[in-house]
Amino acid sequence: MALSIEDIKKVAHLARIEINENDANATLSKLSGILALIEQMQAVDTSGIEPMSHAQDLSQRLRDDVVTKTNLRDEFQKNAPILGNGSQEPAVAGGLYLVPKVIE
Amino acid sequence: MEWEVVIGLETHTQLQTNSKIFSGASVKYGAEPNTQACEVSLALPGVLPVLNKQAVHCAIKFGLAINAHIAPRSVFARKNYFYPDLPKGYQISQFELPVVGKGAITIQVPAAGKQEAYEKVVNITRAHLEEDAGKSVHGAVESMSGIDLNRAGTPLLEIVTEPDMRSAAEAVAYAKKLHELVQWIGICDGNMQEGSFRCDVNVSVRPKGSDKLGTRREIKNLNSFKFMTQAIEYETRWQIETLEDGGKIQQATVLFNPDTGETRAMRSKEEANDYRYFPDPDLLPLIITEADKARVSADMPELPAAMKARLEAQYGLSSYDANSLTSSRDLADYFIATITAGAEAKQTANWVMGSLSAKLNSEDKSISHSPISAEQLAQLLKRISDGTISNNAAKQVFEAMWQGEGEADAIIAAKGLKQESDSGAIEAIIDEVLAANAAMVEEFKAGKEKAFNALVGQAMKASKGKANPAQVNDILKKKLQA
Repeated sequence: MALSIEDIKKVAHLARIEINENDANATLSKLSGILALIEQMQAVDTSGIEPMSHAQDLSQRLRDDVVTKTNLRDEFQKNAPILGNGSQEPAVAGGLYLVPKVIE
Repeated sequence: MEWEVVIGLETHTQLQTNSKIFSGASVKYGAEPNTQACEVSLALPGVLPVLNKQAVHCAIKFGLAINAHIAPRSVFARKNYFYPDLPKGYQISQFELPVVGKGAITIQVPAAGKQEAYEKVVNITRAHLEEDAGKSVHGAVESMSGIDLNRAGTPLLEIVTEPDMRSAAEAVAYAKKLHELVQWIGICDGNMQEGSFRCDVNVSVRPKGSDKLGTRREIKNLNSFKFMTQAIEYETRWQIETLEDGGKIQQATVLFNPDTGETRAMRSKEEANDYRYFPDPDLLPLIITEADKARVSADMPELPAAMKARLEAQYGLSSYDANSLTSSRDLADYFIATITAGAEAKQTANWVMGSLSAKLNSEDKSISHSPISAEQLAQLLKRISDGTISNNAAKQVFEAMWQGEGEADAIIAAKGLKQESDSGAIEAIIDEVLAANAAMVEEFKAGKEKAFNALVGQAMKASKGKANPAQVNDILKKKLQA
């Protein structure tokens, strides 16, 4: 499968990675190399082999439905991001984490 | 042109657990912001999800209840998108291999206008486990949004239907049936105000007779059945008008505004929809064995459809009565408790769905908080059946019991409501009435039927309403014909 520069830009945008023209071109050739490798692997006959969803052939361990976590909000909020609007304090208020205004 | 609307639903049901789906943080509603947001809910570096056994139990229970295929192996996947209430940058969900596969739910669509009530099977495509996101709070701080991650990681079962519904009425009948079912089997508390049961409705229209689906718009987060009806009806009209005006429908997510009764596009979907799902490397496949299913099955109550059939067969109730009584487990339990205490089934059905339901509704009480217990109601109904009190007196006793004045027998005695069934006493009263109302007797004999009712009225009055009306009728008839 051939990748285009538009594919690179779209993937970068979806991942919220800012990318300039030079880096986009460099990434295009690297990603194309990876896809070529995958194409090579796809040539292997895997018929009759059940696909795995994890590298380890194990099943998910389940946890009993018990509340084990206590309220550590104050500790966690000391480590909240600083928004860079002049304040050097973690961006929290009334127990909420603050982010730039979101409007739908 | 005649149009047909095509509707499918995606419902997020919050599962009844103590802790989150992938961590031991509490899921209790209404806590102070972020006091239930642990390091996993916050997506701090280095944390790992561990799946909650009870959430899996709930999913299996739902699968069994709708007769669905339950996947022996299902897989968790990452659904990637950016939003401030989703700290990881992805939601853990299921994509290619959901825990519950195809199943079906039979719905009863109520009569409307000329359309009679009918049953319909709605096919379930799948149901998958996933985590809820947090909440954005606006307006608390100027030009900022606040994020509360208490809800992040709350276990959800997303239940997806085929595009099987053809009207707002069918969609709402399905949503109500599902709402009853998840509460009945105890996997969801059904509280729509608190967001425990949220519906996304996919709506498209097409020329009637066409077998091709039109482009759909998805109405997000409807949290009442009334809004669902309004939103679907508005959206259907809007799509038909757009197409008739030569326009095209763009796939979109829309929000319903209850104040205006209109739907409005939220964002165009093409890009937002590119979620780049892939299996979550932090979670291994979920294996469900036959033994797991058998354990859950043993824990399963009699399902509403089975109970409805049993009420019809065992107690001779009509399909309508049986359906109403099995609309909630509390109601069904109350009914069964009343007849177990000795009341007659049809009479119990009438009282439970009539006087009792009306009274509960008027005081906004649920049946589990009824001031009159099933045993108390049974005693009252037995006193009607054995002729101790008339239907009218029963209403007075019912009121008194509601006010907490005691048991039926005590109230009947205290208020002197016992019906006179002694035929000698009734005869004496009637003789007096006949003597005092000679004119009426003449009228009756002259062929005026109305005079008979007037005489019954006089006799009831003379007995202070206590005479058994059926006996009064009989005796009076005999005396007049003598």
